[in-house]
Amino acid sequence: MNSATFVLLASVFLASSVEMVEALTIVVAVGVTRGWRSALEGVAAALVTLAALVAAIGPALVHYVPLSGLRIAVGGLLLVFGLQWLRKAVLRAAGLKDKHDEDAIFTEHVAELSGRTTVSSGRDPTAFAVAFKGVFLEGLEVVVIVLTLGVTAHRLGLAAAAAGAAVVVVGIVGAVVSRQLAGVPENAMKMAVAVMLVSFGTFWAGEGVGVRWPGSDLAIPVLVAVYAAVTLATVTLARRDRRAGVEVV
Amino acid sequence: MSKLSDVRRPTERPDRSRIRRYGSAFGRFWWEFLVGDTPELLVGAVLAVGVVALLAHHGVGRAVTVTLMPVLVIALLGASVRRAQRAGRRPPPGA
Repeated sequence: MNSATFVLLASVFLASSVEMVEALTIVVAVGVTRGWRSALEGVAAALVTLAALVAAIGPALVHYVPLSGLRIAVGGLLLVFGLQWLRKAVLRAAGLKDKHDEDAIFTEHVAELSGRTTVSSGRDPTAFAVAFKGVFLEGLEVVVIVLTLGVTAHRLGLAAAAAGAAVVVVGIVGAVVSRQLAGVPENAMKMAVAVMLVSFGTFWAGEGVGVRWPGSDLAIPVLVAVYAAVTLATVTLARRDRRAGVEVV
Repeated sequence: MSKLSDVRRPTERPDRSRIRRYGSAFGRFWWEFLVGDTPELLVGAVLAVGVVALLAHHGVGRAVTVTLMPVLVIALLGASVRRAQRAGRRPPPGA
């Protein structure tokens, strides 16, 4: 396995893990308040739909879109998406923005779902719909990452497998820790993924417009290292500003 | 003269409103996904890629394009974080 493949696998796995932790919070809230059967049916339906999306769109992108155009579009998309994540992670790490609080989200969902009428037997449409929506919406971001990274690197199967592995791992961990999801270092994971997405975005968009990177794929880990260093420096500077009394709403 | 668009069969309404709802949800997803509250990142990324494309197309040295691309991305991140900080510094409306 070369370094570019490793970075790709790590990016997809971490991104999927982060999104699945967010989805799991919703699913556990649904399961606890409305029962597990309909919640798990909603999860299964959402995962099947997401897998079908990857299977349908992935090969079509490979066969019908020219590679250079695909690289520019995918690189640009990864750049924007990665920078959005990175900005948010920097602001959270610097204490300028509230961290994603899984406990608060869990409590909010439980309170909301408890107020609705329950179904005594058969499928609970509310539980099914909320679990489906939670997993599907969080999973859509994973689908975009799997498709963009997988198709451009000609490793769609591997990217999909990494995302699937993340779903399984988060599912198992979720079953064990259940309501202690707040303990997951989500912001650090998100920051690491964002650095990788921005690196891939820079690389692919650059290749698409004619930049010839020294060492070809070896440029990706170098970009990761540069962006990681810059991110840490930005967090330090933002923390210093925070001490000067700046707060982001 | 009555307009054809005004003469709708009752059965068409739910379908149209559902299509409109799905369409707007789809548009909202992509708007949130790409723009959200950071339009500067989308515009900046497009400009950065465009500038590098222009330079590469005009045969500017490899070292310039290889260096410029990450530098523009880093500048973009810095500018966006600064913008968030400035927004936090501003007093709330009416204060």
